[in-house]
Amino acid sequence: MRIDAKEVLRIARLAHLDLAEEEIARLSAELSSILSHVEMLRSVDTQGVAETFHPLEYGGPMRADDTVASLGAAEATRGAPGGAAGAFLVPRIIG
Amino acid sequence: MSLPGAEWSPLLASAKALREGQVRARAVAESSLARARRVDASLAAFISLREDALLAEADDIDRRRAAGETLGPLAGVPVVLKDNILTRGHPTTAASRILDGFVPPYDATVVARLRGADALILGKTNLDEFAMGSSTENSAFGPSKNPWDPQRVPGGSSGGSCVAVASGVTAAALGSDTGGSIRLPASYCGTVGLKPTYGRVSRYGLVAFGSSLDQIGPITRTVEDAALLLGVIAGYDAHDSTSSAEPVPDYLAAARTDPAGLRIGVPREWIAAEGMDPEVLAAVRAAIDAAAKLGMEIREVSLPHARYAIPTYYIVATAEASANLARYDGVRFGLRVPADDLQSQYRATRSRGFGAEVKRRIMLGTYVLSSGYYDAYYAQASRVRTLVRRDFTDAFRDVDLLLAPTAPSPAFRIGEKADDPLAMYLSDVFTTTMNLAGIPALSLPCGFSRGGLPIGCQIIGPDFAEGTIFRAARALEESFGLADRHPTLA
Repeated sequence: MRIDAKEVLRIARLAHLDLAEEEIARLSAELSSILSHVEMLRSVDTQGVAETFHPLEYGGPMRADDTVASLGAAEATRGAPGGAAGAFLVPRIIG
Repeated sequence: MSLPGAEWSPLLASAKALREGQVRARAVAESSLARARRVDASLAAFISLREDALLAEADDIDRRRAAGETLGPLAGVPVVLKDNILTRGHPTTAASRILDGFVPPYDATVVARLRGADALILGKTNLDEFAMGSSTENSAFGPSKNPWDPQRVPGGSSGGSCVAVASGVTAAALGSDTGGSIRLPASYCGTVGLKPTYGRVSRYGLVAFGSSLDQIGPITRTVEDAALLLGVIAGYDAHDSTSSAEPVPDYLAAARTDPAGLRIGVPREWIAAEGMDPEVLAAVRAAIDAAAKLGMEIREVSLPHARYAIPTYYIVATAEASANLARYDGVRFGLRVPADDLQSQYRATRSRGFGAEVKRRIMLGTYVLSSGYYDAYYAQASRVRTLVRRDFTDAFRDVDLLLAPTAPSPAFRIGEKADDPLAMYLSDVFTTTMNLAGIPALSLPCGFSRGGLPIGCQIIGPDFAEGTIFRAARALEESFGLADRHPTLA
């Protein structure tokens, strides 16, 4: 599988990453090499095999549906960059 | 004064000496801190130390003991944590620039349980950024070094934790294992390291990498210490919906049970694996002979799909990572690179904050989940994962445990695989399989190469069979007679 520069840029856009020219060239080569190795999975017969998304065959117990204390806005936002007590600041989105 | 030779004292013995008043918590903490500084100077094991807080907490333990209070089972014993485990009020970096300035507002459940047992947190250890790597070379703070040969890697990603334990800073550490990140460095550094069954230990407060694979586990110098530590951190946690309600047995008692009669399977695919170092093969064959001498019954088993574990793992783990790491966007915590609009700010922050390996895995994970490729890659890998797990279910019909190598070779040189991601990924050829299946596996030192590097073997069990693993491992550990062999520090 060959991942060219155009494809690298398509993935980078989806992943919210800006890439320098040398990163694009390097990732094109590296992703192509890794995906070539991964190609061997195509030969495995998985007809009728269900997917495993999770190793637990049974779910854990449900917790009681009780109201409990949580962090609270002041503590949850204390480390936020940009520093507005109790809020997360972002650049203006609308006009 | 600390007791002579205390740096090699097991967790159990230190806890007992403290309990019986032979040594004060203050003295243990001071000597541990001094050793941490020395080891850090030569081997770069730590990202941060809790110097003042540690001594104050040690004094508190001494005061409470003098007052006759009943203390927890690890009272006054220092432990270290991989720096992807959240510590309230103390920075947690995951060895990434993107968490610059992040101070967690809560403790991980494992930290709360250690504190509940009155253990003292000495510091936070180095790792590959976001636990993505097999050497610690991907840390934004630079690589840690192997205490047996500082020219070599300690393995990763929990490298700093294994270095700290192997070089006598503490008797115990916690690491996390997504594809071998506890067992690989344990094998390279000559320590015991356990990846518990998925769900055995709460993941609440562990920086997420691959959520269906990640487990926190103990790193120690002895099997009994791993059993003791697992008993403290294991068990159901309402904060983690994937934690299991399976009761936590007495692991120490299990470790002290005669293993005679246990049926041990040897996977033929892993003994005949291509590219296996002959010294590793010889050490593992010797371990199989030792198990037979202890009265365990050896049988050959087959894991026909194990050869697909690495490609399956690198699809599943990167897919999950790409989703988990979407949260690092410069809005709520850590690094922010300001820009005029939100999208540009996301990109600028992530591009500067993530290192090369993390970007590579986010890219790969994004690709395999993207429209048009999902079924060919992610869905197919998830079906092969079923077959990988089924192999173990079949094998455990005939045997109680499996015995296998941990890694195909001893520790490699720093820089040797840094430019070849695929070669680096293949270091995990014997470990990722158990993360895909969710089952527990312990790496135990079983020998040394002629060059003096440790070699590890894995003891693998079915779901929640940690007690059986400890039972075989403790007897094997005794028969290997390596407990008194320690690295010499520069």
